[in-house]
Amino acid sequence: MFSRAYRIAITLPPLVWVILFLLLPYALLFCYSFWSVSAVQTIIHSWTLDNYRELLRVNVYLQTLFRSMWIAARVTLFSLLLGYPLAYYLSFYAEKRKEFFYQLVIIPLWVSYLVRAYAWKTILGSDGVLNTLLQYVHLTSHPLNFLLYSPFAVVLTLTHIYTPFTFLPIYAALEHIPRNLIEASHDLGAPPLQTFWRVILPLSIPGVLAGATFAFVLSLGDFLAPLLLGGPSGIMISNIVVSLFGAAYNWPLGAAISFCMLALVIGLLFFSERLEKRWGFR
Amino acid sequence: MGLPMSVPGNRSRWLPWHAALVFGFLYLPIVTLIVYSFNGPGVGGFPPRNFTLDWYRELFADDAIWTSVLNSLFVALAAVAISLALGIPAALALDRANFPGKVLFRRLVLLPLILPGIITGLSLLMLFREADVKLSLMTIILGHGTALISVATTEVFAGLQKLDRAQEEASLDLGANYWQTFWRITIPNLRLSIIGAALLIFTLSMDEIAVSFFLIGRDNTLPLEIWGRLRRGITPEINAISTLIFVFSLAAIVTWYRLRVRAESKLEIAAELVETGP
Amino acid sequence: MASAIHPEVSAKTANPTTRSLLSIRNIGKSFGRTPVLRSISLEIAEGEFLTILGESGSGKTTLLRIIGGFETADCGEIVMAGERLDRLPPYRRRVNTVFQYYALFPHLTVEENVSYGLRVAKLPKEEVAARVEQALAMVKMSAFANSKPAKISGGQQQRIALARALVNRPRLLLLDEPLSALDANLRRQMQVELKSLQREVGISFVFVTHDQDEAMVMSDRIALLRMGELEQVASPREIYDRPATVYTAQFIGHTNLLRGEVKGGIARCHSLSWPVNLPDGPVLFSLRPENIHFAAGMQGAVKFRAKLCSQIFHGATELLQVQCTDGLMLSLRTSTRASRDEDLDLEFLPAAAVPVRESGQGKKRD
Repeated sequence: MFSRAYRIAITLPPLVWVILFLLLPYALLFCYSFWSVSAVQTIIHSWTLDNYRELLRVNVYLQTLFRSMWIAARVTLFSLLLGYPLAYYLSFYAEKRKEFFYQLVIIPLWVSYLVRAYAWKTILGSDGVLNTLLQYVHLTSHPLNFLLYSPFAVVLTLTHIYTPFTFLPIYAALEHIPRNLIEASHDLGAPPLQTFWRVILPLSIPGVLAGATFAFVLSLGDFLAPLLLGGPSGIMISNIVVSLFGAAYNWPLGAAISFCMLALVIGLLFFSERLEKRWGFR
Repeated sequence: MGLPMSVPGNRSRWLPWHAALVFGFLYLPIVTLIVYSFNGPGVGGFPPRNFTLDWYRELFADDAIWTSVLNSLFVALAAVAISLALGIPAALALDRANFPGKVLFRRLVLLPLILPGIITGLSLLMLFREADVKLSLMTIILGHGTALISVATTEVFAGLQKLDRAQEEASLDLGANYWQTFWRITIPNLRLSIIGAALLIFTLSMDEIAVSFFLIGRDNTLPLEIWGRLRRGITPEINAISTLIFVFSLAAIVTWYRLRVRAESKLEIAAELVETGP
Repeated sequence: MASAIHPEVSAKTANPTTRSLLSIRNIGKSFGRTPVLRSISLEIAEGEFLTILGESGSGKTTLLRIIGGFETADCGEIVMAGERLDRLPPYRRRVNTVFQYYALFPHLTVEENVSYGLRVAKLPKEEVAARVEQALAMVKMSAFANSKPAKISGGQQQRIALARALVNRPRLLLLDEPLSALDANLRRQMQVELKSLQREVGISFVFVTHDQDEAMVMSDRIALLRMGELEQVASPREIYDRPATVYTAQFIGHTNLLRGEVKGGIARCHSLSWPVNLPDGPVLFSLRPENIHFAAGMQGAVKFRAKLCSQIFHGATELLQVQCTDGLMLSLRTSTRASRDEDLDLEFLPAAAVPVRESGQGKKRD
């Protein structure tokens, strides 16, 4: 029913824009990762594999990448552990308060990410709220120093930030389960726990996958929480990139690391999409 | 606790406690933030003492913050305009046009939604450097606008799925051309999605830092201004401005929510009546 | 039942004029590899009420959408008043549509819905107002001018959809199963209203439905579509009395199919035989149940004896299943309560047995 002119009019502008401001920059990132930087800090536009060799040669890059993935994995796990039962509770038990609770999960998303990370800093610091509280009630006489400037603080903060993000797709998936399937399962003699394992959980897997992917990818690439709360032991891969683009001034090496992240993320998205198709039942 | 929809309730004993715990975890920093914005000795130290409005007074006298707020507002409004202007046609194209590379196009548009901001920010930084564009608020606007097309596209595309194609056919049938049909039928039918997308883009842009971090010129946006101060140490002024933003966002959500509930219930009745078919 | 013998007489009452308005020529359409329409040719006359009848998947809605301009045909052409209609976008065609679920604009009032076409045509305000008022009065909906579509009932929405289309004074009105969303009683009432409205405005209607009864009640002519091909185009009476194919005979009404053989001007089926004016060879006959009667000694009737097998009460009539002495099963419709007798003496007139083509083999039409 749509004429050719109409279809061109709706396709062309976004297509051109996306090529110009998304495809081209990502391609440029790829190119940069094969360039190098001269002694007088100008970019040399000639092709070399040095940046990738450097990545493999210097331990700190891979180590930091693995640490970032380990942090991201923990964030994902904790977000799921917090998000799934909450979604389950809202979907099946909250009844009339459902809508209210749902909004209650959403509202923190409207508070600046930066501000929430900062708030955790004020809570966890050595003279922060938590430590002074513990001393106030005489649970400890010295401030607990491991709270702030540690991977623990980063994982805690990122879990706080990504729990709503994992909650949302899981909740949507649970809400989409036809309630008569659960009735059918009971009718066929499956007790509640069995019904959960055999019906509810498998049908909510697509939501879990979406939420987990989101939490993992976004916390993997985070650089603000580690800068704010991580301390030396909480440095993540993006922090290295930031310093390479800043003070260290080695854009090509930074681009190489970024491109590896990009490839990793796209690979993950691809993988989770495959899994989702398998579990999607559609 | 009753047993809704035939889910047996013997496990619901610990679920409410878990839910309470999660809510506590989600709200602890927000509550702390607000409480300590009124704390005399500044941030930290339990219990809070000496209620004061000094930090708000200081905040209102702080020109740098308000300049950055204005910058952020400007950036956010411009980003809304750009991402809607491109996201609406993009959603229409995904819905009703077929062209080579459509799958790639879709993935590319949606990528910034899931990609860590640092990658999008860096890539654009390189583009602007290679094209010799000076970094300024304009580059941030371009960055936000481009990254947030993904939001506009998803929201509007979801709206399009609910739009009855016969509506537009009826309009064409009655003699309106494509352009008239777009403004008179398509846009009014999508208005909830569009308003929702605009609000979401606006808040995301106001809060955005990863992309802005790399594209910033001389003028700071609010998150970057806050970031700059945080590196210098903890200051209660940040609590004050954050509390204000929180209250404003809350008011915005409530208003939007009321609006949506009112409009949607009406529309849903309409949809039900119109689609009484088998 | 006498009319069954002279179908050509009764078929004439319909078509008010035979001047052609729309010519559909060799229209074909496939979705992917699936052909939905194969070389459809059809003439629609001025002021005619034509029904495109078919089961779901027969291609009837696609044909309507091609006329409306929402689908493009792969081949063939559509000509209206000497102009190639199929090359125009939908908004340039003097054709309007009543959509299946009405497609009323939910954000506009009834009045705004009806005036939509006139406003985009930029007609003067006074004329728009006058015509809208007239159109609303025509469908008896003037009182609802300021309501939103969501506030009015399904039947009322139906009327608004009609007014919205007719107010533009189209040459041709397309109706895509417009009554399918209504309940049975309202539906019957709307059938009558729609038919008289069509007479009143004198515009050609092309009406799509899957409901045979609806087609029979409303149409001047019925075009029966099956698997993308036209099975038969004729007046309701003719299509009922003289079905061209097995499919037509079975789809419209109820029938007995008799498989027989013609030899030397005599048709034989089991032990029955009667004179026909057909060439030698195997033949299928359609014999409507109501054309089999209890023996009353009609002139030239084929007489036979059968045993009553079952009896189904249908209100005004009864459907009897009988088995002839040679094993042939037949159904017959009767208005009188059949006697308790197990054995019945029956008869039918040779003209009531209509030769029909096997469906699917009939590529040649017209």
